[in-house]
Amino acid sequence: MAISRGLAGRTVPEAADIISTVEFNHTGELLATGDKGGRVVIFQREPESKNAPHSQGEYDVYSTFQSHEPEFDYLKSLEIEEKINKIKWLPQQNAAHSLLSTNDKTIKLWKITERDKRPEGYNLKDEEGKLKDLSTVTSLQVPVLKPMDLMVEVSPRRVFANGHTYHINSISVNSDCETYMSADDLRINLWHLAITDRSFNIVDIKPANMEDLTEVITASEFHPHHCNLFVYSSSKGSLRLCDMRAAALCDKHSKLFEEPEDPSNRSFFSEIISSVSDVKFSHSGRYMLTRDYLTVKVWDLNMEARPIETYQVHDYLRSKLCSLYENDCIFDKFECAWNGSDSVIMTGAYNNFFRMFDRNTKRDVTLEASRESSKPRAVLKPRRVCVGGKRRRDDISVDSLDFTKKILHTAWHPAENIIAIAATNNLYIFQDKVNSEMH
Amino acid sequence: MMLSKGLKRKREEEEEEPEKEALAVDTWWLDPRLPAVAQAPPAVPSNSLLDLSVLKLHHSLRQSEPDLRHLVLLVNTLRRIQASVEPEATLPSVPSPPEAPGVAADSLLASSDAALSASMASLLEDLSHIEGLSQAPQPLVDEGPPGRPSGGAPPGLGALDLLGPATGCLLDDELEGLFEDIDTSMYDSELWAPASEGLKPGPEDGPGKEEGLELDEAQLDYLLDVLVGTQALERPPGPGR
Repeated sequence: MAISRGLAGRTVPEAADIISTVEFNHTGELLATGDKGGRVVIFQREPESKNAPHSQGEYDVYSTFQSHEPEFDYLKSLEIEEKINKIKWLPQQNAAHSLLSTNDKTIKLWKITERDKRPEGYNLKDEEGKLKDLSTVTSLQVPVLKPMDLMVEVSPRRVFANGHTYHINSISVNSDCETYMSADDLRINLWHLAITDRSFNIVDIKPANMEDLTEVITASEFHPHHCNLFVYSSSKGSLRLCDMRAAALCDKHSKLFEEPEDPSNRSFFSEIISSVSDVKFSHSGRYMLTRDYLTVKVWDLNMEARPIETYQVHDYLRSKLCSLYENDCIFDKFECAWNGSDSVIMTGAYNNFFRMFDRNTKRDVTLEASRESSKPRAVLKPRRVCVGGKRRRDDISVDSLDFTKKILHTAWHPAENIIAIAATNNLYIFQDKVNSEMH
Repeated sequence: MMLSKGLKRKREEEEEEPEKEALAVDTWWLDPRLPAVAQAPPAVPSNSLLDLSVLKLHHSLRQSEPDLRHLVLLVNTLRRIQASVEPEATLPSVPSPPEAPGVAADSLLASSDAALSASMASLLEDLSHIEGLSQAPQPLVDEGPPGRPSGGAPPGLGALDLLGPATGCLLDDELEGLFEDIDTSMYDSELWAPASEGLKPGPEDGPGKEEGLELDEAQLDYLLDVLVGTQALERPPGPGR
């Protein structure tokens, strides 16, 4: 099933429609997307119904709202982009849903509520809401709740502003459900969800002299179960696990995960391609998944020396690094995702390709998210990139890859084999109905 | 290097030029259609890679709010490239065309790189200057220049020494020249200034991170420039006046 967010008839994607983040909520019932224009669109999974077997748990638009607006910082004479960098759902604690959305500078807490009943039979107002002529009121009645068409209401509950000098790249809700952290290039702050006028700085890697700056924070996440642990990744390819119980300022890591550079693969671009663009804890909390330019790696929290698994996403690009440096593609930041059972990992690539790796069978597959190659409800055909040598039919050669079609943002349903893929301004949702095994 | 407020309005046009220049650089070996063998990066980078990197850095610095990650990765890559080029980058007093045109080209590159790295160094330093400003101004009078291990070297060097030890004396003049060229009204807008930092109340558990206390001569000079050069600025008289 493909959902297009662009307007019908447009051949050129509108820049504001470019999807910048995708996130399932904790049950998978809701899927939120943020875009470059500061909008959030939430999709809801329709309950499976025997009456309409075709719409087997498909996702439809549930709510759309403008989360962030472009701002102008008059002091610095700079525009603050409204692009939504990240969305994170809060665990549901009552009938309402809540999520955090952030642009480069400001994080907002949004509450999403449903209204499907309306009180009728007021004493002082008539059905249109106009005041009644009191002389006509002869008896009192108790208003009753009558059903109405479902209305989804979204309201901003908190605005966490002025916490960051540099651009926010990650937010992560703590398992304590009371705090969350936000990370920018040089600092990480800890917030309480109910307090907006202050935050605690827990990591600060800004050097005393900015000319000594050689490394920035690229991503960060709280451990899914231990509320005192979090990890952050750097542009030099290292991961630091920090324990908030050890010190107020977690500049000293508890563990440092770093893989020594492979001398045979050393080039001028070694550092750029080692920069970690995304880090995700496994659902179990035992492993971490990282994405750098050419690989995804699985790390065991108990082993700092090197990852336990490394998967090549598109190794055929290794010989093209200079071109990719020239056109800036080498700086692209891809995300990665675990499936619900931590047995399969997924990440995006170029040409609207995305890759999945089965950690148990060690098999991998390349699939394409595009209208041309997938009709609704058709089975996706595995793709192959050929590097030269024997070329099979339907193979794509490296040189014909479209580097403007990049799949940077992907998400996996927390329990089922349903994935959401953002391809520029289009959202694709794929479901594996037949079996749950990768083949 | 232009850092004035007006840059933002001209940004769109200026964005075009560096891109075109980058493409005009030696493209023969950047051609993705070439077989993989020819694509293996040479042990010594061609000048085109150096040029490309310098251009990219220049372009990145000219953004109104540069992407820090992009900038840092560029700078580190440029350092790697420069480090391999360095043995050839000695500055001959008179480059002799018939004998060593390659060396002359490298030395010219080195001097333009020095200017660029000086710009970058001064920009990065500006960041810490500005942060120091927005925090407690009082200590500025009492704290003299702290023991910064600069010795005789101008503050702009530091870790960038490897970019050209021979160009050390060049940088002295370059730095002064830079500040003369720059329209001081640019200091009106605090580039990347953490105005928010000054406003953020509450506990900040950062021991030893008070940048306002660490000063040096360059920072005081900068302050004077701000105070002297911007009469329109409605600030209370700063320290030292």
